Amino acid sequence: MAETITASEVVKRYGSVAAVDGVSLSVADGEFFGILGPNGAGKTTLVEMMEGLRQPDSGTITVLGEPVWPRNTALLGRIGVQLQGSSFFERLTAREQLATFGSLYGAPPARVEEMLELVGLTDKASTRAEKLSGGQAQRLSIACSLVHDPDVVFLDEPSAALDPQARRNLWDVLRAINERGRTVVLTTHYMDEAESLCDRVAIMDAGKVLQLGPPAELVRALDAPVRISVEAGALGQDRAADIEGTESVAGDGVSTVITTRRPAPVLQALASMDALTGLQVRGATLEDVFLQLTGREYRA
Amino acid sequence: MTSTIVREATAASTRPGLRGFASLSAAMFKGFYRDWLSVGFSVLFPLFFIIIFGTIFGGGGSSTPPKVIQIGDVAMIETLPAPDRDALEQAVEIVPGTDLAAALDEVRKGDAGAAIEQHGDTLVVHYSSADQVTAASVQAIFGAFVNEANISASGVPPTYSLQTQQVEDESLKPIQFIAPGMIAYGIAVGAVFGAAMTLITWREKKLLRRLRLAPVSTSTVVTSRVVVSVAVALVQLVLFVAISVLPFLGLQLSGAWYMAVPLVIAGTLAFLAIGLFVGSVAKTVEGGSGLANLITLPMAFLSGAFVPLESAPAWLSTIGKFLPMTYLVEGMKDVMVRGEGPQAALLPIAILLAFAVVVTFIATRFFRWDAA
Repeated sequence: MAETITASEVVKRYGSVAAVDGVSLSVADGEFFGILGPNGAGKTTLVEMMEGLRQPDSGTITVLGEPVWPRNTALLGRIGVQLQGSSFFERLTAREQLATFGSLYGAPPARVEEMLELVGLTDKASTRAEKLSGGQAQRLSIACSLVHDPDVVFLDEPSAALDPQARRNLWDVLRAINERGRTVVLTTHYMDEAESLCDRVAIMDAGKVLQLGPPAELVRALDAPVRISVEAGALGQDRAADIEGTESVAGDGVSTVITTRRPAPVLQALASMDALTGLQVRGATLEDVFLQLTGREYRA
Repeated sequence: MTSTIVREATAASTRPGLRGFASLSAAMFKGFYRDWLSVGFSVLFPLFFIIIFGTIFGGGGSSTPPKVIQIGDVAMIETLPAPDRDALEQAVEIVPGTDLAAALDEVRKGDAGAAIEQHGDTLVVHYSSADQVTAASVQAIFGAFVNEANISASGVPPTYSLQTQQVEDESLKPIQFIAPGMIAYGIAVGAVFGAAMTLITWREKKLLRRLRLAPVSTSTVVTSRVVVSVAVALVQLVLFVAISVLPFLGLQLSGAWYMAVPLVIAGTLAFLAIGLFVGSVAKTVEGGSGLANLITLPMAFLSGAFVPLESAPAWLSTIGKFLPMTYLVEGMKDVMVRGEGPQAALLPIAILLAFAVVVTFIATRFFRWDAA
């Protein structure tokens, strides 16, 4: 597969702080690529350098085979960008925003109604952007980034401020774009979002990429135990500790929780003891990978 | 249907610059007229002053002939030949009165310009020095009238004659200087605020950065702002002039008034440069509008846009020489009301353009894409 985006040894410093500290990665054509990381990890700085908004202090970035810096208007027409927060023209309606951005990119006027439909804002078409709710503004901002049907889309925390319904709808929109062969790069700190959408994710902290790979692979590599819980009435903690394969047992009076790396024999034993009431099995998630890599202390 | 979309797409992609320019201009124009505050300050506020000052100062005293109360018989007037009498009645409105005390009271209150009576061969004119302009004009009118009566009484044809011709009627009609001044002020406010607020809000809302990531050149963005501001300024000019020439305000345009159009365009460019400077220096909308007011208001006073500076101390008009609005105001007065030829506008236009270039250069030194 051809590489749509390449970054090699990219560094960006603000004063003495390296916001991005020697990042190298590549994104394949048609790939759905996620950049995960806590606040201040350098995600936005990295994406803004990929978009050509900021100049790296050192290192090079190419998109669609062309360098993104200095500003390259021919390339910009093939890139769709949603910046963090929403950037709109003042006192224009949702439809007018889309029409304005559309004509800046030379998109056919018919795209405007299509995009309104796509992000579910048809009934808000005549509402001024300032009057839209946070989630509606976010969806409009994404629509504006897609209006010219770009080959590569950069989305910086697109699902921030969205309610669960809007988030799922956005996922459908992004999946549909990706399925049409477009390359999508998104930053997020929602693990479920990255896990559900991305072909590969890069986990970033303190300006560096800590791990990079398909979400399932990263989770498997973690070798984290599985947590099996059942109702406390069905299985006491003392009986649970005797089950083969159990590593540790905890309970709060409502449920008994068994931690194990060999879930099969434990589940079999629970079945034979007829102690499956309220059964829940939780494997490791990308969140565990993330927390293991980035630590649990509070971030500024 | 599909074929039309494809064709549109091809047509659009061949000239995206032009379409981008048109849509950016449309976006900026909508942003302007949907903002009632900016319309209020750049259109309604100057219009309000044109109407208020135009009617207050325009309606009083000087434009209507002063009323003169005639007490008893004034044979000098009554025996005048008809043409001379008509001429006199154009200059003053003579109404008969009966009681001298009551007439003097009217003169004192300013309800009448003067009271006249004749004692033998002497014409007595009672006037009040409270209104000096009327006092002076009635004295002059009757002084001339008595002289003429003496000459015709002597039976000798006059050797010399006097013909008066007004050079400009600025002194008579305040609208003649109010209108150009207010037009200049309205245009300055529109252009300074237009450029400054566009820049600041676009930067605050990250729209500037967003536009950097769109395939549109910086010159397209700048040109569309300039075109919108010039269009707004020309609308202001047409609107202000159209209202000022209405009979109740009575602005009289002199020959080369059309030169106000290039003057306004050059002035708008100079004020846009100031707006660009304000927008580059100020970080917030509040700071920007404060700074814009801090520049436009004193500039309007010092350039004579609000009050004529003919009688102001020399140092004030020296400051005015450094302000672009002075050249716009003076240039517009020259061609619109003072009856000067079109070439009178050329030097002001050149100075305004030079000012625009210098200030734009300074402003770009402070320009930032990012709020941070």
